[in-house]
Amino acid sequence: MNKTLKLPQALEDALLCANHSTSRRNFLKSSGALVIAVGVNAIPGGKVLAQAAAAGPYPDPDFLELDTWILLHPDNTATFFVGKTDGGQGTGTAFRQMMCDELDIAYDKTSLVMGSTDATPDQGGSGGSDAIERDGWPMRRVAAEARRVLLELASEHLDTPVAELAVSNATVSVRTDPAKSVTYAELVGGQRFDIALQGDNINATRGVASVKPVNELRVVGQSIQRYDVPPKVDGSLTWASDVKLPGMVHARNVRPPVAGAVLKSIDASSVDELPGFIQVVSRGNYVAVICEREEQAIAAARKLQAKWEPPAEAPFPASDDLFNFMRSAVPVSSREPVLQGDPDAALAAANRVIEADYEVPFQGHTAIGPAHALADPSNDQMTIYSNDMKSYGLRNGVAKFLDMPRDRVRVIYMDGPQVYGRTAADDAGFEAAFLAHELGRPVRVQWTRDEETAWDTKGPAYTFRMRGGLDADGNVVALEYDARAADYNHVGYNEPDTVLIAQLMGIRPANPASGNAATPSSHYAIPNQRMTGRVVSLPMIWETPLRTGNLRDPNGPQVTFAFESFIDELAAVARVDPIDFRLGLLEGSNEGEMFLRARSIATIRAAAEAYGWDSRPSPNAPVPDHQGPILPGRGIAYTYRNGTVATTIAEVEVNRESGRVWVKRLVCAHDCGLVVNPTGLRHTVECAMLHGLSRALWEEVRFDNEKVTSVDWASHPSLRHSDTPESIDVVLVNGDPNPDRPDLPPYGAGEGSHKPMIAAVANAIYDATGVRLRRAPFRRERVLAALQASST
Amino acid sequence: MSVVSLRVNGKTHEVDIDPTTPLLYVLRNDLGLQGPRFGCGLGQCGSCTVIVDGVATRSCITPASRAGGEITTLEGLAKDGQLDPLQQAWIDEQVPQCGYCQNGQILTARALLDRNPNPTDAEIREGMEGVLCRCMTYFRIQAAIKRAAREAGE
Ligand code: FES
Ligand code: FES
Repeated sequence: MNKTLKLPQALEDALLCANHSTSRRNFLKSSGALVIAVGVNAIPGGKVLAQAAAAGPYPDPDFLELDTWILLHPDNTATFFVGKTDGGQGTGTAFRQMMCDELDIAYDKTSLVMGSTDATPDQGGSGGSDAIERDGWPMRRVAAEARRVLLELASEHLDTPVAELAVSNATVSVRTDPAKSVTYAELVGGQRFDIALQGDNINATRGVASVKPVNELRVVGQSIQRYDVPPKVDGSLTWASDVKLPGMVHARNVRPPVAGAVLKSIDASSVDELPGFIQVVSRGNYVAVICEREEQAIAAARKLQAKWEPPAEAPFPASDDLFNFMRSAVPVSSREPVLQGDPDAALAAANRVIEADYEVPFQGHTAIGPAHALADPSNDQMTIYSNDMKSYGLRNGVAKFLDMPRDRVRVIYMDGPQVYGRTAADDAGFEAAFLAHELGRPVRVQWTRDEETAWDTKGPAYTFRMRGGLDADGNVVALEYDARAADYNHVGYNEPDTVLIAQLMGIRPANPASGNAATPSSHYAIPNQRMTGRVVSLPMIWETPLRTGNLRDPNGPQVTFAFESFIDELAAVARVDPIDFRLGLLEGSNEGEMFLRARSIATIRAAAEAYGWDSRPSPNAPVPDHQGPILPGRGIAYTYRNGTVATTIAEVEVNRESGRVWVKRLVCAHDCGLVVNPTGLRHTVECAMLHGLSRALWEEVRFDNEKVTSVDWASHPSLRHSDTPESIDVVLVNGDPNPDRPDLPPYGAGEGSHKPMIAAVANAIYDATGVRLRRAPFRRERVLAALQASST
Repeated sequence: MSVVSLRVNGKTHEVDIDPTTPLLYVLRNDLGLQGPRFGCGLGQCGSCTVIVDGVATRSCITPASRAGGEITTLEGLAKDGQLDPLQQAWIDEQVPQCGYCQNGQILTARALLDRNPNPTDAEIREGMEGVLCRCMTYFRIQAAIKRAAREAGE
């Protein structure tokens, strides 16, 4: 091993700076960060690592201490410590912007440390697109409080009342005599604030100061370049998968060849002569092979001979039979229908009743970099290097799983591949910790491509039955929505009894999680509605590769596909333009929803305008004697996600000879309230759209009745360069149709534009071809089959 | 085991390994490079790309003993402390999301522009087709390649 442990630059800088100051040293010791500093300097020799680890335990940084969040350095710079992670959407940059504004310090004088359990307060890591919406608030408030404290100190120092002081870029001066000034560093650089905060929980953390009104924010609203981009581009970033430790070994899992198979025996002689072989570890149906070198572990895992007994019953139907199975299954739960008016009577009285069924298969995370983690068990502690977006949960879960005190386990969060929900990073973290615990050496676990594609958690498959009634004038008088989700035993984050290793070991929670079959989130005024969601179970619920977990907007793309496709179907039957039809449905007078409807209308109009939408019903009237294979069309879908509203228009070219669908142009009008970093937001919205496009065109987990057969990029295709639209417009509606509300808060932006994508593409295909695709994804063979079926 | 000699980013390294070891693991684990990344090990995604004698090469399926030429990794792209123009274009366009795939995107684009300094949109799509991004930064990547080509022509 010739690599020393390298930590993220911000963490190293913070520690380096802090080491100059004795008083900060105490703070850092209590936060555990000093321990890392020792490790950084010590690892080349190897020996001091043990000493560094012995410096645990790692108690939680106290979120009620200002010093936990902000460290001012003697050179008048600052480091912020927040309990979040950034999957590449630029939230780290946004956190810094928000805190800079409240603290009154220039952006480039700050750095940020995120998501390492012993160095940053527990904000839970990431998830639910709530980084700015929820977790930004305590960050802003503590920064405002630090500014308040500094102003008071400056007042004393300059012998001037606070009201007569001005602050700019970490320097306080007397308004009437700017030459009289003092820097933050001169006031507390290298010292503790020693200020207690209040709050029952971390989200409520606050000091005495209040945050600035929106019109006083200067750094917020700027498109500052993301600080994490240069190191990702020049090769200098140390990723979680790059960390090397002295004595570290490599593990590869060996999964059951068939879901539900029981391990009968392992023939260790099949591998024990291989170079570098160290050990086979197995417990229950969990098996891993450990070798000195990575390529040795790969070879050994392939060669290991083991006897597995397949289950007596098929664990699941084959993917071709999935929807029939789901429709005929007895649901494990049905939620109380959301009822409005009398849909039965309204449907009976309707002039026309339309019915349609929709289907969405299981779709996976299938990260570009398969799951991985490194665990170091030195000195009875457990340090896990991971990109898990919920590093705190990983720490708590592993502590329980290994029956270790929480304060002996820490997770050092580092960059990694995509974390759009409950990825297998959770599973790999537990596996590395377990193996390191067993072996007493640092163990790096790396999942393989087929393992990632087959065994990561899946977004649930859905079937839908929709019914709608129109009156003689084409008004929607009734709507029925009945969804079934294969989501029983939906696994949570980092649960010690549902992570894959626990399930394979036979560990079970008392009850499987009930799962969810969600209902749509639009704000259409439809007088009579019934919305029902039912959860169905596949035969096998434990140890299954078809375990469900949160995948970017966990139910939204599926539900919105069915709902917004069906709204389009109604519009087509009514012979009304799809946008006019939607606007009509939003012009109801339900008081409670006025604000939401106004924002809905604003984004729909903004999208239509940016696109240059001309009003006409779908489908596109076929041009007489249309020559050539390409049929053009356009489609719209709109949705809410929590406080965020997104309207997407897709323009497609459908090749009627090959079935290929190319989305040539995308427009998204997006309103997530206050915008912290416009460019960062635009790119997040754009990439979330294209992720949705990948799910619309390509993604589908396939399986026979014993195993997943989608195992690599050939058997599980994903969006590619050639699928990229020619143009993408993101319109930031940012607002509020009511100009008297300058303080519209920020809402989440990681998922809103992901949600309507499948629907927008389906509606565009219909517009182009007159053929309605009710089963995603729209791969060319399915499109071609639908076109052929309609022409016969 | 046998001694394999590799020229990487202008330096010669001798490593004592099983010569069939994929180049990816030698670069990452023996030479401590962090640019090339493991994505599939099957030659399907491009995350592990390095440039060997001007050709974008998938190090996960290239035995170390067969990587005889001049190897450039992402770390080796900058010259004399100056980022490669393509890297700068990547920053200007703020391309990455998670960034995990970007090693392969950048190096494949570098080899593409070296072959064809002024690619059409269709040639960019075709040349980049086999490099996958699960964060779906494709539109940004293509914009950055066009920017670098444009700026090189100015
Ligand atoms: S890791 Fe080499 S091509 Fe995917
Ligand atoms: S940026 Fe995340 S995979 Fe490409």
